[in-house]
Amino acid sequence: MRSHTWKILMVVAALAAVLIIVPNTGSFIILLVTRALAFSILVMSLDILLGYTGLASLGQAAYLGVGAYATAILATKYHIGLGWDFWLVMLIGTLLGAALAAIFGLLAIRASGVYFLMITLALGQCVWGLAYRWNSLTGGDNGINVRERPKFGGIDLANEQTFFFLVFAVFCAALLLMYTLVRSPFGRSLAGIRERELRMQILGYNTWLHKYIAFIIAGAFGGLSGVLWAHTAGIVSPVNVELPTSVDALLMAVLGGSGTLVGGVIGTFIVFGLREFLSTLVPWWQYVLGIVYVATILYLPTGLMGIPERLRQRQAKSNGRDTAKKLASATS
Amino acid sequence: MNLNFWIIQAFNGISYGALLFLVGSGLSLIFGVMRIVNLSHGSYFMLGGYVALTVIWTTGSWLLAIPVAAVTIALLGLAMERIFLRQLGFDPLRQVLLTVGFAFLFQQAALDLWTGNNFDINPPAVLSQSIPVGGIFLPLYRVFMIAIAAAIGLVLWLVMEKTRIGAQVRATVDDAQMARGVGIDTSRISMGIFALGAFLAALGGVIGGAFLGIYPGLDFEMLPIAFAVVIIGGMGSLGGAAIGALLVGLADNFGKALFPEISYFTLYAPMALILAVKPTGLFGRE
Repeated sequence: MRSHTWKILMVVAALAAVLIIVPNTGSFIILLVTRALAFSILVMSLDILLGYTGLASLGQAAYLGVGAYATAILATKYHIGLGWDFWLVMLIGTLLGAALAAIFGLLAIRASGVYFLMITLALGQCVWGLAYRWNSLTGGDNGINVRERPKFGGIDLANEQTFFFLVFAVFCAALLLMYTLVRSPFGRSLAGIRERELRMQILGYNTWLHKYIAFIIAGAFGGLSGVLWAHTAGIVSPVNVELPTSVDALLMAVLGGSGTLVGGVIGTFIVFGLREFLSTLVPWWQYVLGIVYVATILYLPTGLMGIPERLRQRQAKSNGRDTAKKLASATS
Repeated sequence: MNLNFWIIQAFNGISYGALLFLVGSGLSLIFGVMRIVNLSHGSYFMLGGYVALTVIWTTGSWLLAIPVAAVTIALLGLAMERIFLRQLGFDPLRQVLLTVGFAFLFQQAALDLWTGNNFDINPPAVLSQSIPVGGIFLPLYRVFMIAIAAAIGLVLWLVMEKTRIGAQVRATVDDAQMARGVGIDTSRISMGIFALGAFLAALGGVIGGAFLGIYPGLDFEMLPIAFAVVIIGGMGSLGGAAIGALLVGLADNFGKALFPEISYFTLYAPMALILAVKPTGLFGRE
């Protein structure tokens, strides 16, 4: 398992680099990285379903939405979550995400393949419909402005750097938790379900329950990312729960490489980076994004994280050919 | 809330349903034949409207705009299916993602070519008037929409049920592998159905553009509604799409009029429930 230790070291080194470099850059970069970190928790949560359980969800933004709306409503209407009780709101957001997933999962987990895509799309649209239309609660189309960030002890999260550290810490904790989850026996059984559900059933696993629990866990992390997102973006609106947002999350996971957790983070950073930088440089930035998506799906089904493996295979193939040639020339 | 209210709302719902039938029937057939969840279907609707606008601006003919837009988008769909979707073989997730990648590309292209403004497609003056029916004035254009949808539905039904090609399509929906086995060229059927779906969606865009308007974001607004139609009715079934369209049209209209705050919820919650209980939809072919 030496290559595995290497991989962990590389991730830790990358995280350390982000932690050291980013706070010393301008506020533009800090904000960009903060947004990407908050959103990538959602993408990783989706990866638990997509990459480890084999369930492609088209409605993952709903969980981000629940966490974000809860945070925004509590903060603006009841002044909850602007002091020490921010940690309580973080818990509430996570639990709400889990609760919503527990309800939706009852309907969705029965389906598989394309039907799972469709049903999660429908459930996501339910949440969007409420966010868009339930004016008295959600502010409708305009959404809710979250003007204040929490302030507790000597810490004021209005400061971009301080807020970055918070999001970074939560991100690392989420990554660690999800990593532990997918490496656990439970995570292994999920992978077994992804590969061959019938076989797992025959082996005596309750695959429905496994998938249901994975769905709830993914929802919980979605809610968590929503809490961070509300304070990062400063506004929560139906855009956060609409279909294109769910689709974005799915594409980011696939772009980086599903079933790797870290791949989703890389995908998120690439897409956020392209969006923020390219959109200031050229008006046709969305073409680049579209072409990146299409090219990934056509030519890199395993995503960016799959590139080393593909190179290795190619290497192995050409090595094999060389050996074969040598053998052939030796015998002739 | 008197009788007139109910009649007018029902009429509006039915005419909206007629529009939804155009979008939904194509999507349903595409799913039935190819098992593809086509997320660029909303884009076809929007692009159809935009192409029609260009035709109207250059020639001034609304009548010409309808076939030109529909055929242009059908060719676009055809190219997409042949060049890109075909080579993915059977892999639902990648196909879905590919169609959404294209949806993003189309979105940007529309923004570049037709700006971000909100346009209306104005039908000829003849259709813009209202006709009195038993004391209520009904907009003629909505009557026209119902007539068009009914005519197209009838033609599709006749082709599907009475012709050899229709039988081949139905065979492919029921069991593509078996259909290939008995010598049906399912690849060609897929191509034709995909183009037909794009054609119908674009047609919907031109006709719907008169009262929905054509604007950026219309694509992803239309897409989930089209899916609601397909799912409630049942995927791959034409009659199902018609009933689904009618139900969604009515639910949408009455929902918005009676309980606006949860109107979209009342649309999508039944969709999710139906999917959970009977994934093939109310009238889907098993």
